[in-house]
Amino acid sequence: MRKFFGVAAAVLMASAVSVSVMADDKLKVGFIYIGPPGDHGWTYQHDQGRIALAESLGDKVETVYVENVPESQDAERTITRLARQGAGLIFTTSFGYMEPTIKVAEKFPEVKFEHATGYMQADNVSTYSARFYEGRYVIGQIAAKMSKTGTAGYIGSFPIPEVVRGINSFLLGAQSVNPDFKLKVVWVNSWFDPGKEADAAKVLISQGADVITQHTDSTGPVQVAEEQGVYAFGQASDMSAFAPKALLTSIVNNWGDYYIERTQAVLDGTWESGDTFGGMSANMVNMADFVNMPADVAAMAEETTAAITSGDLHPFTGPIYKQDGSLAVGAGEVLDIGTMLGMNWYVKGVDDQL
Amino acid sequence: MRLILEKRPQASRLMYFSSPLLAIVLTVIVGGLIFAAMGQPPLRALYLYFIDPITNLWSIEEVLVKATPLILIGVGLAVTFRANVWNIGAEGQLTAGALMGSIIPILFTSWQSPLALFCMLVMGMIGGALLAAIPALLKVRFGVNEILTSLMLVYIVHLLLDWLVRGPWKDPFGYNFPKSIGFDDWHLLPTFGDGRVHLGLVIAIIIALILYWVMARTIKGFEVRVIGAAPRAGAFAGFSQAKMVWFCFLLSGGLAGLAGIIEVAGTIGQLQPNISPSYGFTAIIVAFLGRLNPIGVIFAGLLLAVSYIGGEGVQIELGMSDKTTQVFQGMLLFFILMCDTLIHYRLRFLKGNGGQL
Repeated sequence: MRKFFGVAAAVLMASAVSVSVMADDKLKVGFIYIGPPGDHGWTYQHDQGRIALAESLGDKVETVYVENVPESQDAERTITRLARQGAGLIFTTSFGYMEPTIKVAEKFPEVKFEHATGYMQADNVSTYSARFYEGRYVIGQIAAKMSKTGTAGYIGSFPIPEVVRGINSFLLGAQSVNPDFKLKVVWVNSWFDPGKEADAAKVLISQGADVITQHTDSTGPVQVAEEQGVYAFGQASDMSAFAPKALLTSIVNNWGDYYIERTQAVLDGTWESGDTFGGMSANMVNMADFVNMPADVAAMAEETTAAITSGDLHPFTGPIYKQDGSLAVGAGEVLDIGTMLGMNWYVKGVDDQL
Repeated sequence: MRLILEKRPQASRLMYFSSPLLAIVLTVIVGGLIFAAMGQPPLRALYLYFIDPITNLWSIEEVLVKATPLILIGVGLAVTFRANVWNIGAEGQLTAGALMGSIIPILFTSWQSPLALFCMLVMGMIGGALLAAIPALLKVRFGVNEILTSLMLVYIVHLLLDWLVRGPWKDPFGYNFPKSIGFDDWHLLPTFGDGRVHLGLVIAIIIALILYWVMARTIKGFEVRVIGAAPRAGAFAGFSQAKMVWFCFLLSGGLAGLAGIIEVAGTIGQLQPNISPSYGFTAIIVAFLGRLNPIGVIFAGLLLAVSYIGGEGVQIELGMSDKTTQVFQGMLLFFILMCDTLIHYRLRFLKGNGGQL
């Protein structure tokens, strides 16, 4: 039924399609954000990357961004608009922009697209993501050392593999210190909703969690932790200013290097579609300062970070047991990348059902 | 010197038609001042906001896509509000319609015929009307305030959608992401050419015209107007208030449900947790901006759509926050309501204090 009116109206629309013009000789680089840059989390770090790009490449590029773009049909229009207004390279920075990005990319073959955290590629669509789970392992270890109740609370956004992987890595890190460590999970069904995230933190604390961590973008949870006197970890960005007493460290995403490298590739004409999945060794995931903890815990965290960076330690090294007790990864083996990218099961000790 | 509001002996026809225009002019002036205060060139910003979206075919298409659900829901609400029945839950009825209509593409994927699409649209209407029947029943049988019940149902049906796309209707190959399978070509509304404007726009305009005719030329329209203006007069004329509540809820709910399935089958192509950026609530503004007149609603829907698309353009071109769009829409409704006062009242300047406090 889709093509029903095709021929009749094609003539009418022909003049409207593909009028993208390159603005003088500057490369216009567009960014689509899921939240506001002022979230001090996920979007903030992408915007820091954009600013780093603008500073590094100076007058060779012009950057534009659109904030608060919902992961609905509006995304397709917004991406199209950037392409039509002459953007030569467009970064779409949330999982839900995957299908819209692919759809728009088909209509603008000469424009390059970069989609964060997705799995669909095309000749002019690359994907990129960071191994956030490496940082999760480190904070899991810290949580197990600092918790008195032996239970942490995890605020999840959507149960996609990326988030499930983080939950598992956190708990594996914690269990490497305390094998009986437990984890409670609350899903808020949003990437950025300060009110809901804060409520989830309160619920988790009332259920006995005394360490809070999150895979959402706002500073709501760490502020609740500060008020209620429990520990918390910053997500995506260094959130220590929002919880100076509660925050133990933050996992910090660094996109700037990648944005500069990819933009330079477009300028040089060497850009190719591909998939990037960088972690601590690629400087895409960093740990903020380890604070509010005894020196021996900080030393352990430093050591683990160094081991992951050097490649000596992989968070998903067996033996790993699934929630139902079955063996997922044998002793000494490392989980294969395919299973990791499509992860849809919990490790033992997670108090939640997928 | 004092300024007072004085009731007019009879409603002003001049103000009736010029109040929306006055409201738009005031919004433009105050909006320009806001842009200037934020250090942006006001004329350029206003041009980008209101004119640029209608200067090329691509953004005109996008305006039409955005206006389609607003018009569909808005015309139903216009009739409903005219009868003094308050359905505030169109957002929920939209969701219910999307759910009901999506049963075919998700559970009966292999049924591929033009009839499937038609059935989807009918089921969408039924879904919206069924949900709207709940506040209607509660109102008629138990006298429960329909504003509260219709609004509360929005949250319930949103959670139902959320559960479905996260559970039984989740795409098995979607990496656990909460969304259904993509609809088959047979279950998508036909579009015009390669653009995004779909058959839904035509349906919306036809329904608006039909409702205009019903309101202006039929007994039913007369009944709606009488009951809305003077319920007691309506009762003496033999019109049933209860039947009117049923009529309004089923009509506006059905149209909101139709808008829901049209949005899903026309632009999104699958079910996901967010299918509407609050179209059901924005349509309330649209209904009032269109003076509760179905033809007026068409223009009001287009105007609000322009403000969405223009707001996005301002964001990209001038680097302003998306909050400006919301401020503009808020100002527009505020000025409309303010100017409407002038239909029944006039401003008078009194010299001195007039002997009163």
